[in-house]
Amino acid sequence: MKAEVLQVHNLRVYYQTAVGPLKAVDGVTFSLKSGERFGLVGESGSGKSTLAFALMRLTKPPGCIEGGQVLLDGLDLIKLSEGEIRKVRLAQIALVPQGAMNSLNPVMRIKAQIIDGIGDHLNEIPRSALEERVYELLKRVELKPEVANMFPHELSGGMKQRVCLAIAISLSPRVIIADEPTSALDVVVQRQVMLTLGQVQESLGASVLLVGHDMGLMAQFVDRIGVLYAGKLAEMSSVREVFKEPLHPYTQLLIACPPSLEEKGEFKGIPGLPPLLLNPPSGCVFHPRCPQAMSRCSVEVPSLKEVYPGRWVSCHLHTEVKR
Amino acid sequence: MTALLEARNVTKVFGSGGLFKRKETIALDNVSLLIRESPPSITGVVGESGSGKTTLVRLLLGFLALTEGEVLYKGRDLQKMSRDERLEFRREVQVIFQDPFEVYNPFYKVDHVLTTPVTKFHLASSKSEARKLIEHALEAIGLQPEETLGRYPHQLSGGQRQRVMVARASLLRPRIILADEPVSMVDASLRATILESLRKLSQKFGISLLYITHDLTTAYQISDNIIVLYQGSVVEAGDAELVIKNPQHPYTRLLVASIPVSDPDQSWGQDSTPVLVSKTSTKLNRGCKFVDRCPSAMPVCRENPPPFFQTDGYRAVRCYLYKEASAIADETMGKALDQKG
Repeated sequence: MKAEVLQVHNLRVYYQTAVGPLKAVDGVTFSLKSGERFGLVGESGSGKSTLAFALMRLTKPPGCIEGGQVLLDGLDLIKLSEGEIRKVRLAQIALVPQGAMNSLNPVMRIKAQIIDGIGDHLNEIPRSALEERVYELLKRVELKPEVANMFPHELSGGMKQRVCLAIAISLSPRVIIADEPTSALDVVVQRQVMLTLGQVQESLGASVLLVGHDMGLMAQFVDRIGVLYAGKLAEMSSVREVFKEPLHPYTQLLIACPPSLEEKGEFKGIPGLPPLLLNPPSGCVFHPRCPQAMSRCSVEVPSLKEVYPGRWVSCHLHTEVKR
Repeated sequence: MTALLEARNVTKVFGSGGLFKRKETIALDNVSLLIRESPPSITGVVGESGSGKTTLVRLLLGFLALTEGEVLYKGRDLQKMSRDERLEFRREVQVIFQDPFEVYNPFYKVDHVLTTPVTKFHLASSKSEARKLIEHALEAIGLQPEETLGRYPHQLSGGQRQRVMVARASLLRPRIILADEPVSMVDASLRATILESLRKLSQKFGISLLYITHDLTTAYQISDNIIVLYQGSVVEAGDAELVIKNPQHPYTRLLVASIPVSDPDQSWGQDSTPVLVSKTSTKLNRGCKFVDRCPSAMPVCRENPPPFFQTDGYRAVRCYLYKEASAIADETMGKALDQKG
């Protein structure tokens, strides 16, 4: 059993609004083992990006971390002061942001942007060593050394995302959070960037938390998957088991909905709309859209239970623990 | 079998001339396509970012001036239309843009985008008739009029907003809808719903559809024909089933292999050397545009641009690997697709 690098316990992130708190992340618990690739899926508004940002302590007002723990090697990131968390960010837990095109400074050369982060953490390094490091990082993400002296607008989308990846790994973090890193890229480039991310992660021995909504990408990249719905985990297990036999009705619909090249058929969407988090439905938040809803679903909130070893689901259809 | 919308040898070069000698970017290079009048068909145009997809839409709509070639609607040149013909063109050719957030004016209720075409094109004689028309259009694509009308754009979800755009396009009973990445900004679950409503629209009212996308899977699902663009050139075109199930051009093969499959046990494509520069070509390439990335490049590929080879009845491929097949001229390529009808 590998050691758990990141443990998230009952994390709650609320947005304060005039009519009360909006529970964007509502009691999420999971952990990341060393070297593991964990995928977090959900539709827009399910709280996946809010969760990713909260793990970095980057939540901005009106958002607020209401409670819970984020333990990175036993250190609770939620309790750290602003100065302390700055030292942890990038060095131990790093973020690859969603829109690479908007994440880089347009008037700074790539080299300066990579050095910016490293220099902030290690200020005793001589300039020449820093430059050496930049070239090494660019090589790791399969970019040519010339890129160091270029500006972001001279690079393609895939190359910009690689630069973001180079910045994220510049201090060999334990955990890399990738928030939809390839959603703006086309399939060919997406595959190349994800392969690079995988290689880099393996050589560093880091864990990856991949946030996204593309089930195909998840199937190809991650080891374990967590399905987020309305700020709560609906299901969590190994990616093989989820695709072979999804337990939660929402996961079943999620897997059925992306069109495949296998056969032409009707498009299957998930009926209904995502819930309004300000005024969530009673009982199970998914029950108004659930094809298998029972009477107790509208009354009783299901809890996340381990129904098979390593398989967690939050649904009244699966109440018995089968071991 | 007359042509409804036809592009003949269309070329668009950006950034030529001007005060300073700027770099020229060839966005589209000698592209021909043809959408026949009946039966209604769905044509998918697939390509990576920068392949010229959006430029093609803008040229077909007459938003941009052509550098070379011509765009014909019902056999009439877009540039030489009379006022009345142009009005007819504007009504019969509708477009759905990518971003369902940018197309709305946030100060107007969503009704505005629906009532404007009704008034401009005199579709209704009274207010109540207009309202009926709009409600009908909304219901046809699965939206509740009472939940949609009277709201501001920010009160609707991205998927709802995009569906209102579909309703708006259908309101005018167009002959053809050009949909430029209509689902790339919405969730996977809503994607299916929107595409299904587009398909129903096409079947129910006999509207042809040009579906522009970078997503091969949805293109395969919805289209009868598929055109693959690479750096402004059509590299493969033909029946959707043939192009996707048995891709012939090395680029199409790469595209199909790069799709992540929703099955952890199926491997993700074969290994290819990552090519990190995918910017639009700045000068006219003498040979094939894909040659630097092509695993089966031959000397001839660098010397002359490959013509189209008709490898199947319903498919043409711009690649020397198929030089045994009969070569066809660029401008007839559009028609090659059309033989099925």
